[in-house]
Amino acid sequence: MLGNLLLIDIHTAFPEIYLALASMALLLYGVFRGDGKAEEVCRLAVILLLGGIYFVYQNQTQNALAFNGLFKLDGFSSYLKILCLSASILTLMISVNYLKLQNSLRFEFPVLVMLATLGMMMMVSANDLISVYIAVELQSLSLYVLAAIRRDTYKSTEAGLKYFILGALSSGMLLYGMSLVYGFSGTTNFDSLAVVFESGTLHIGIVVGLVFMIAALAFKISGAPFHMWTPDVYEGAPTPITAFFAVGPKVAAIGLFIRVMMDPFADLIGQWQQVIILISIASMVVGAFGAIAQTNIKRLLAYSSIGHMGYALIGLATGTEEGIRGIIIYMTLYLAMSIGAFAIIIAMRKSDRVVENISDLAGLSKSHPMMAMAMAIFMFSMAGIPPLAGFLGKLYVFLSAVEAGLYGLAVIGVLSSVVAAYYYIRIIKVMYFDESSEMIDRNRPGVLNTVIAGSSLFTVGFFLYPSPIIAAAGVAANSFFDIL
Amino acid sequence: MTAPEFFFFIFATITVLSAVMVISSRNPIHSVLFLILAFLNSSGLFLIAGAEFLALLLAIVYVGAVAVLFLFVVMMLNINFARLREGMAKSIPIGASVGAILLVELILVLGAYGFRDADHPVLIAQPIAESGPTNTHALGSILYTEYVYLFQGAGMILLVAMIGAIVLTLRQREGVKKQSVPEQIARRREKTVELVKIKPGQGMGGEV
Repeated sequence: MLGNLLLIDIHTAFPEIYLALASMALLLYGVFRGDGKAEEVCRLAVILLLGGIYFVYQNQTQNALAFNGLFKLDGFSSYLKILCLSASILTLMISVNYLKLQNSLRFEFPVLVMLATLGMMMMVSANDLISVYIAVELQSLSLYVLAAIRRDTYKSTEAGLKYFILGALSSGMLLYGMSLVYGFSGTTNFDSLAVVFESGTLHIGIVVGLVFMIAALAFKISGAPFHMWTPDVYEGAPTPITAFFAVGPKVAAIGLFIRVMMDPFADLIGQWQQVIILISIASMVVGAFGAIAQTNIKRLLAYSSIGHMGYALIGLATGTEEGIRGIIIYMTLYLAMSIGAFAIIIAMRKSDRVVENISDLAGLSKSHPMMAMAMAIFMFSMAGIPPLAGFLGKLYVFLSAVEAGLYGLAVIGVLSSVVAAYYYIRIIKVMYFDESSEMIDRNRPGVLNTVIAGSSLFTVGFFLYPSPIIAAAGVAANSFFDIL
Repeated sequence: MTAPEFFFFIFATITVLSAVMVISSRNPIHSVLFLILAFLNSSGLFLIAGAEFLALLLAIVYVGAVAVLFLFVVMMLNINFARLREGMAKSIPIGASVGAILLVELILVLGAYGFRDADHPVLIAQPIAESGPTNTHALGSILYTEYVYLFQGAGMILLVAMIGAIVLTLRQREGVKKQSVPEQIARRREKTVELVKIKPGQGMGGEV
């Protein structure tokens, strides 16, 4: 009997189990082949992660619980898992060459990326407070190590240490909030929690615990005022790893945020809505104004990602199906734009030195017209200029806010995106109108070109044929509102 | 006095006394050793309370790992504690205020102030009955069945921690002289020993 149940559980969580086994097998392979074969390990990791996408795709069923309600499989988690896996694949593709040139390509890198991806998949599938904690720790621990992977450079170790200490702080807050919620409700299971809150009994202790949990989750998505670590970590970590931080973990953390707010605490929307609105406004404002004075492009993109998280949270603040669908679409488009922009930063090197100042982009339009055009597309799209993808992403979340009656939030969102447009367009100005003495190197690996071309085509072409993604996001968002 | 009471008083007395010694002894090594003693005795207290799993955990984790780690850190870092104490007078106000806050909190706790109230009853898990399985048995029976997902997840976290520690600290050192047994066995006399005829009065021919 138990054996049968376990088989069903294994079937439900098969993509995760597959990824865990695959990463361990890859680790063994890497250990036996040594650092000389790190490139090969990276390639194998890409193939294994593609296998993960296949299994997630095969496995999507309507809501299924596994492992005594600790794990939940639904349309929402499947969609976000595919996003996280794609983010990891793209990161691995654009990073191999860069890390090799910097002599910091080690076979542990792809293994850690895979383990972090496993943590992300567990995050979006968590259906219990303890599963949330385990998944968050698995993902974050891998990320701390990745941030410090260039251990011989001062900046990378500083980034890793900073991330680790602040991450430990946020874990503490998460656990404290969870312990309060558990203490005042008597259960950690999301479904049971939802039942407890349905009855209408609400204790102040629950609200305190909920606020602590929101603070910890806001830290993970780098929402203001819990964003302080982001610019330093983004600047210090090697660029491909920064690219990874900017997409996969963000998607997973937003997914977890939605899951925690909409599953167990859905009936307490009156309690958390104002907190989310506050974080959303603060993030948009910090993202817009913080980036203006930056000279390092990685720091600029860090502030930009803080702002993007603010826009995504607008959708969560509505608490409606349209809002959740808006976030899912937004995160999909954000992934494409960010990976593209980071691929261009990775390609930025002058006489084999890595450069990351905005002024280094000067003259790009003359030396690399295609690359400059792609960067311009990403910047215009991030600024939300129609008809590019970023505009549609913003449109959906703002529409959901207006429909939910949150006019103030939508107005602040539009205003801050006007401010943010300044620094996005400044990059375009530097590329097209500034003169430069030194040109950016021409020899780029082909895979980088492929990623840049693919993501810019996606960003431009999304408005022509958006229906598959919008339909899939609709199905994913529906899993919170479809009463069984 | 029954036997449990007798042991309780012994363990409790030693715990309190060694805790006092931890903060009052001048030598940091002695402090750590007293800390270990305090841990051991409190694990005895847990045993008396019927929490044998917690008692063993305390002995293994705190005594076996944490305290030994402390000991190593204290011995290796060679901290000058006399100099650390110099700034004491400055930090007394902060320390006193923290102490006062803790005192107020203790009074509030002992004064039975709580979040709980009659209008909003709170669900509290019932403790396991006396005659039921032991703590260890109860934990074991759910750890590998009900919570197998979390157990495996925790295992993955430990794997990441291990990989991380190796990635960040392991260095391949150049020029380390390691013993290689196969190489030693494979050595042959012909390859390593050379017989040179030296004519009297000429030496090695200027090579030395």
